Amino acid sequence: MCLGVPMQVKTIANEMAVCEIDGVRRDASLMMIDDVEVGDYVLIHAGFAIEKIDEEEARLTLQALRDALDMGLVPE
Amino acid sequence: MKHQDEYRDPELARLQLQAIGEAVAGFDRSMTLMEVCGTHTMAIYQHGIRSLLPEKIRLISGPGCPVCVTPVGYVDQAIALARLPDTIIATFGDMVRVPGSSTSLLDEQARGANVKIVYSPLDAVTLAENNPASNVVFLGVGFETTTPTIAGAILTAEKKKLQNFYVLCSHKTMPAPMAALAGDPELKVDGYLCPAHVSAIIGANAYQPLVDAFRVPCVITGFEPLDVLQGVLMLARQVVAGKAKVETQYRRVVKPEGNRKAQKLLSRVFESCDAQWRGIGNIPDSGLRLCEPYSRFDAGRALPVELEPTVEHDGCLCGEILKGKVQPVDCPLFRNTCTPEDPVGACMVSSEGTCAAEYKYGDWGMGAGG
Repeated sequence: MCLGVPMQVKTIANEMAVCEIDGVRRDASLMMIDDVEVGDYVLIHAGFAIEKIDEEEARLTLQALRDALDMGLVPE
Repeated sequence: MKHQDEYRDPELARLQLQAIGEAVAGFDRSMTLMEVCGTHTMAIYQHGIRSLLPEKIRLISGPGCPVCVTPVGYVDQAIALARLPDTIIATFGDMVRVPGSSTSLLDEQARGANVKIVYSPLDAVTLAENNPASNVVFLGVGFETTTPTIAGAILTAEKKKLQNFYVLCSHKTMPAPMAALAGDPELKVDGYLCPAHVSAIIGANAYQPLVDAFRVPCVITGFEPLDVLQGVLMLARQVVAGKAKVETQYRRVVKPEGNRKAQKLLSRVFESCDAQWRGIGNIPDSGLRLCEPYSRFDAGRALPVELEPTVEHDGCLCGEILKGKVQPVDCPLFRNTCTPEDPVGACMVSSEGTCAAEYKYGDWGMGAGG
């Protein structure tokens, strides 16, 4: 039930955003988050954006795993 | 989503599995790790993760499916409300097939009750707006991921001055049941994979009291296969090293303090209360009810109904399955009288129930059941 779908914000008006993933568009309330901009990735749950997705953290987690693969080690 | 596919990279998964194997190689006993989120349950089954892990790691499912932990009495109350004249029940899809004591909402719908499946609580508010002659009752089931969306719907209904929108509340909170199970000597949980999106709201710091009280490691983990494997690795390393701390694997979404705006929304509309959990019983301060200024939206108060005596179904082991004490294949009803088409217990109904996951992805007791 706590499924969240990562979607990209396309337009914002009156605390509502139109978000998109793979060509599917959905309206989502922005009542639960601040400072959202067009182009941001957000997690959508039950018609609400519940949190922004930190792209830099997403990249860093993967990078740490890849670096470990390159060195034959796994990060602590 | 830019990075989504990369979190399914088979080569990185192979490396993670190797690291998990190395982490537990010198460990002299097996360890029990519990995932406490229905979405984790589904991800673990879907990607066959149990069968890939070393034998020393026993991965079990806990009380993380909101529909599954909802007591039968609540379903009976929803059914009684559905039988009232000029009443529309609005609900997330999973609830309609959950058996009550003698019938389900789906059965009631076939007999003429007006039951609508909605995608968002805001859709239920729109239903109320478009049907001023009917009462609309939204079935408020879910953890902290979902409850702020219901708070948002109530504030929207208030703003629109709707007099015909109600919520039947059975909201539950984390990590209360994790504390209840951590103290269970029969279970001996060595570590928790903590729910991803609940934690986005409540924050990583919310698990610190649990860790302090029970010295049980907690790792907040995302839902992609690499997330789950990394979460297991982080937990296994803590268990082997005898450590107990809160760690966050799912850093791209979860912050230490959580989502403060959502927390404010929650505490404006709801207050803490004791709650009944199927299988576990009453847990103090593990639920949320409407606070006084919003109590007029409470369907339980505004629309009194007479309830039939609660009947739990003979032989159904949902309660034990929700505590991680038995596996679906241990239940005599599993696959015999209890199937997704004709479910007896909630764990077989919900798309993220353990029995539904085992039915869909398991090989039924041939070694991958956990």
